[in-house]
Amino acid sequence: MYKILLNITFVLAILIFNQKNIFANDNSAEKDPELPQEHNEEHEKEGFNPGDFIFDHIRDSYGWHLYSYKGHHVAIPLPVILYSKTKGFISFWSFKLEHGHTYHGFKIAHEGDYENKIIEVDNYGEFIARPLDISITKNVTAILFSCFFLIFIFVSVANSYKKREGLPPKGLQSLFEPLILFIRDDVAKSSIGEKHYERFTPFLLTIFFFILLNNLLGLVPLFPGGANVTGNITVTMALALFTFFITTITGNKNYWSHIFNTPGVPWWLKLPLPLIPFIELFGVFIKPFVLMIRLFANISAGHIIVLGFFSLIFIFGNMSPGLGMAVSPVSVLFAIFMSVLEILVAFIQAYVFTILSAIYFGMASEEDH
Amino acid sequence: MELIKPDLGLLFWMIVSFSILLYVLIKFAWKPILKALRDREQSISKSLLAAKRAKDEMAKIEFGNEKITQLAKLEKDSLLKEAKELKNKIIEEAREDAKLEAKKIIKEARQGVEQEKNKVINEIKNQIATLSVDIAENILKQKLEDKSKQKKLIDDLVKDIDLN
Repeated sequence: MYKILLNITFVLAILIFNQKNIFANDNSAEKDPELPQEHNEEHEKEGFNPGDFIFDHIRDSYGWHLYSYKGHHVAIPLPVILYSKTKGFISFWSFKLEHGHTYHGFKIAHEGDYENKIIEVDNYGEFIARPLDISITKNVTAILFSCFFLIFIFVSVANSYKKREGLPPKGLQSLFEPLILFIRDDVAKSSIGEKHYERFTPFLLTIFFFILLNNLLGLVPLFPGGANVTGNITVTMALALFTFFITTITGNKNYWSHIFNTPGVPWWLKLPLPLIPFIELFGVFIKPFVLMIRLFANISAGHIIVLGFFSLIFIFGNMSPGLGMAVSPVSVLFAIFMSVLEILVAFIQAYVFTILSAIYFGMASEEDH
Repeated sequence: MELIKPDLGLLFWMIVSFSILLYVLIKFAWKPILKALRDREQSISKSLLAAKRAKDEMAKIEFGNEKITQLAKLEKDSLLKEAKELKNKIIEEAREDAKLEAKKIIKEARQGVEQEKNKVINEIKNQIATLSVDIAENILKQKLEDKSKQKKLIDDLVKDIDLN
C-alpha cells in the first residue's frame, strides 16, 4: 500500500520537475510589473504548469484566492502589515499587490531568496530589503478562524457539562466526549503516568484538536477550508516548539541526569569524550524537530498527491481535450481515494503528534525507579 | 525551497494565537470539562461502591435473618421441650404430692379414728367408773344404815389391816 503511494509520489515528482523546466522560459516573460494586463494574457497562453499549480495551493499567500473565471481572479483581500527601516509600520490590503503590482515600494518577489514574499524595492524595481512581515496571510486567517472555532465549540461543550451536571452527554458533548476521554486516558494517562498526566492533558487536548481541525479543514477545498495550515512548516514548527519548551521546562532531575549522566552505560562512553551525553542532548532537539517534519511532510504530501491527480486532467487536456476527458474519471477516482485516505491521515497525524508529545512529557516527568 | 523555509511573520502569529487558544481553552473549556468528567466518574464509582455495600449488607441481613429464624426455631424447640418436661415434672410432683397427701390424710384419719376410739373407751371407762362408784355408794349407803352394821364393817376393815 505504502509502496504504491511512494511510487505515485515519485512519478508525480518527476512530472512536476519536468514541467517546471519546460515552462521555465515562459515564466521569465511575466516579470514586468508595469504590464499586468499583458501578464494575464501571457498567463492564459502559457498553459498549465502543475508545479506552480500545486505549490500555489499548498503555500501561504497574502490574499485568499477563491476562484478564477476567464482569467479573472477572485480573492478575499487580507491585511498586509509591514515594518521597514525606511518607512516604518505600513499596512494595506493585499489586493494592491496582486498581479505583480508595486505599492509604496513594496511588491511580491517572483524569484530569488524571497520568492512569493513581499520585498521592498526602489523606483527602478531593484531589491532593497525584505521588510519585517507580520501580514495576516491566508494561513494566519485560517489559524485565527480555527482558534475561534475551537473556542466556540469547546466553551459551549464546557457549558453543557456545567448545565447538565450528572447527566449523560448530549449533542456536541457526546460527539467530543469519546475523543476527550481517549486523549485523557489512552494518550495522556498511559504515556505520562497516573501521577503527572493531569498537568499535561489540557495542552494535549488543545494540540490534538487544533491539528485535527486544521488537517480536516485543509482537505475542504472551499472557504474557510483549503488553507494548508498543518502542512506548513512554520505552523508545525510553532507546535513543536510548544512541545519542546514544555518538555524542557517540566524536565525533572531524573530527566536531565538521563541525558548528561545516562545510567547503565559504560563510563568510557561518558568520561573522556562525552559521546552518549552528546547524543542524548542532540536527541532533545531532534525529537521536536522530527515532530515538526512529520506533520508537515505527511499533510503536504497528501495535498501534493491529490493536487497531482487533478493536474493530470489538465496536463492531458492540454495535449488534447479528448485525452483530458478520458483521464478525468480516473483522476477524480484516485483523488477521491486519496482524500478519503487523507481523512484517515488527518486523524492519525493528530494522534501521532499528540501521543509523541505525551511520551516526551512522560520522559520529562518520569521519576527515578 | 520555499516550502521548507519557516516564515517569521506566520511563526509570530501562530505562537501568539496558539498561546491565546491554549489559555482560553484551558481556562474555559478543558478545566470545566475535565472536572465534570472526573466528578462524574467519581460519583459513578461511589454509587457502584455504595450499591455493592448495600448488596453485601442485604446479604448479611438475609443471612442474619436465617440465623435468627434458626435460633428462634431452636429456642422454640427447647422451650417446648422444657415445657413438656416441666409439665411432666409438675404432673409427677402433683402425683407424688397427692400420694403423700393421701397417705397423710389416711394417717391422720387413722390417728383420728384411734383418738376417737381411745376417747370413747376412756369415756366408757369413766362412765363405768362413775357407774361403779354410784353403785358402790348405793351399796354402801344401804349397808351403813344402822350403827351395828357400820361398826362391824369398820371392825372387819380394821381386822384386815395387819399391823405387823
